Amino acid sequence: MADTAHIIDEEDRKFTLNFGPQHPAAHGVLRMIMDLDGEVVTRIDSHIGLLHRGTEKLLEYKTYLQGMPYFDRLDYCSPMNQEHAWCLAIEKLLGVQVPRRASLIRVLYSELGRIMSHLLNVGTGVMDVGALTPITWCFEEREKLCVFYERASGSRMHAAYFRPGGVHQDLPQRLIDDIAVWCEQFPGKLDQIESLVTENRIFKQRNVDIGMVDQRTIMEWGFSGVMVRGSGLAWDLRRAQPYECYSELDFKIPVGKHGDNYDRYVCRMEEMRESTKIMQQCIELLSKEGPGPVLMAGSKLSPPRRAEMKNSMEALIHHFKLYTEGFHVPEGECYAAVEAPKGEFGVYLVADGTNRPYRAKIRAPGYPHLQAMDHLCKGHMLADVSAVLGTLDIVFGEIDR
Amino acid sequence: MTPNVENLEDLAAHIESRMPDAVRSTQIRVGELTVLAERDHILSLLRFLRDDQQCNFETLIDICGVDYPERNERFEVVYHLLSMRMNHRIRIRIRTDEETAVPSSVAVWPAANWFEREAFDMYGIQFSDHPDLRRILTDYGFEGFPLRKDFPLTGHYEVRFDDLEKRVVYEPVKLTQEYRNFDFLSPWEGMTAELPGDEKAGGGN
Repeated sequence: MADTAHIIDEEDRKFTLNFGPQHPAAHGVLRMIMDLDGEVVTRIDSHIGLLHRGTEKLLEYKTYLQGMPYFDRLDYCSPMNQEHAWCLAIEKLLGVQVPRRASLIRVLYSELGRIMSHLLNVGTGVMDVGALTPITWCFEEREKLCVFYERASGSRMHAAYFRPGGVHQDLPQRLIDDIAVWCEQFPGKLDQIESLVTENRIFKQRNVDIGMVDQRTIMEWGFSGVMVRGSGLAWDLRRAQPYECYSELDFKIPVGKHGDNYDRYVCRMEEMRESTKIMQQCIELLSKEGPGPVLMAGSKLSPPRRAEMKNSMEALIHHFKLYTEGFHVPEGECYAAVEAPKGEFGVYLVADGTNRPYRAKIRAPGYPHLQAMDHLCKGHMLADVSAVLGTLDIVFGEIDR
Repeated sequence: MTPNVENLEDLAAHIESRMPDAVRSTQIRVGELTVLAERDHILSLLRFLRDDQQCNFETLIDICGVDYPERNERFEVVYHLLSMRMNHRIRIRIRTDEETAVPSSVAVWPAANWFEREAFDMYGIQFSDHPDLRRILTDYGFEGFPLRKDFPLTGHYEVRFDDLEKRVVYEPVKLTQEYRNFDFLSPWEGMTAELPGDEKAGGGN
C-alpha cells in the first residue's frame, strides 16, 4: 500500500470548490468560492449581486408611493414588513401619526409576515439537513397565510398594502374572524412540526454546536434579529425601540443559550408562538375598538373617497395629483428600522423636499449576516456550510437589492 | 419611537468635547443625532464612539454613499451606528470626492468590509487600506458607478441570450420607446399640507 502515500501529502488535500450560483441549498442565487483542506473549509468568498435589480436607483426616479411596491420584492418571504420600514421613514419625515386601527392592522400583518418567513426558513433549513416532511407541513400553514394576504390586499405576495399614513383598505370583519380561527389551531400545528424535528437525533447532530455565534461576533459583524437572540442577548427592536403599538402588547422575547444553529431554530419556533399571541391581541383590540379610519382622513397622503370624487372638484384634483405628482416630503434625512423576521431592516431616507426621494438606502439584515459566512464557517466541515447558511435566514431579494 | 432628545443633546456635547478635532458640528433632527465629521479623523472618531463608556456604539448598522454632483466634494459617506447596551443610535457624515480616499473602517468593524465595497461599487468612493476593494453587487466586468446622479437609469448595456451564438451577449441599450420621465412638479407648490386658499377659509381675518 505504499502507492497511496502521496494522497496523504498535504498539498493534495487542498482544493477550491465552486458552490452555486444555482444550488438548492443556496436559498437563491449565491455563488461561493470555497477553499477546502480535505473536507474542512478554510476560506469562503461569497459572490453576490446576481439578483441585483438596482432598487435604490429606481427609487430615486419614482414618487414615494410608486417606490413602495419595490419593498415587497426585497425580502419576498415577508413583504409587508419591508413596506413597513419605508412607510415609517416617510411618516417620520412628515411627522404624521397613523390612525389607531391602521396601526393595529399593521402589527397584525407584520406578525403574520414574521410567521410566514419563519415557516419558510424552518422548513427549508430542516430540508437542508435532510428532513423532507416538515417543509410540506410548514408550507401548508404558509399557504393559509398567503390567502390572508390576498384577502387583505388582493395579492398573495406583492401586497403593496401598507401605505404612508396607514394601510390601503380596511379589513372585513369576516377576515379578522378567520385569522382568529387560524391563530387557535396554529400552535397545535407547530407542535406537530416540533415533534418531527426538535428532538430528532439526526437534526441535533447536524445543528448543535455548529455555526456558533458569540457576543463578540455579533458586535463585530453587525448582526441583528434571531442571530443576536439565539446567542442570549434579548435585543428586539419591538421592545427596545417600539414602533406602532408594540409597547402596549404583551409578548416575550425568546433567547437562546449557546448561539448555535439549533438554538436559532428553537428561537424561531418560539417566536412564531409569540407572534401568534400578538396577532390574537391585535384581533381582540380590533374587535373591541370597532371600526375607524385606516388611512389618515382628509390628509394629502390618502386618496379621497370615490363617492366624494363624484361631486367635489377639489377631491377629483386631489386624486389626480396624488397619483401623478404624489405628495412632497419635507427636506431632511432619517433612518427608520423595523424588526423584520430576519433582523433589523432599515431605510435611510434623504429627502430634498420634492415628490421623489433624493437617496434611499436599504439596510438589509441578511447583508451583514451573509458577510460573516467566512468567519462562521472557517474550520467547519463542508456539509455544515449549508446548515449554517440555512439558519442565517438569507434571501437574495434583500441582499442584492 | 420616542428617543429622549435631552439625552441626545448630552451625548452630542460629550462627543464634541472629547473629540474636538474630528467633529465639525452636530445636529438633532426628528429625534436623530447626526455628527458631521472630518474625513481624516474618522477612524479615531469611530474608535472613540465604539469604546467610550457613554457612547458604546458597538454595532455598525450601515455605511452608504450619497452623491451631490454640484458640490466640490461631491460624495458623502454616511455611517449608522447602534448601541444595544445604551439603546441609542447615531449617524456620522463625512465628505469626499472622486480621488480622495476615505480611511477604511474594516479595522474597527470587520462588517464594514462589504458596506465599503458597496459604496465603492455604486459611487466609486475610494477607501484606503481596505483589504479587498472589489465590486460587489454589479455584474462581473461592469463599468461605471450606477448610483451616481449622472449615471442613466437605463444603464449602458443590455444582456440577452443569443440563440445563434449560444451564449449571453452584451449590447448597447436599445429602447423601442424613449425612457419617459414625467416631470409632475408643478410651478405651484404641489401637494403640500395646505391647499392654496385654505388659509383664507380658516383664519377669518
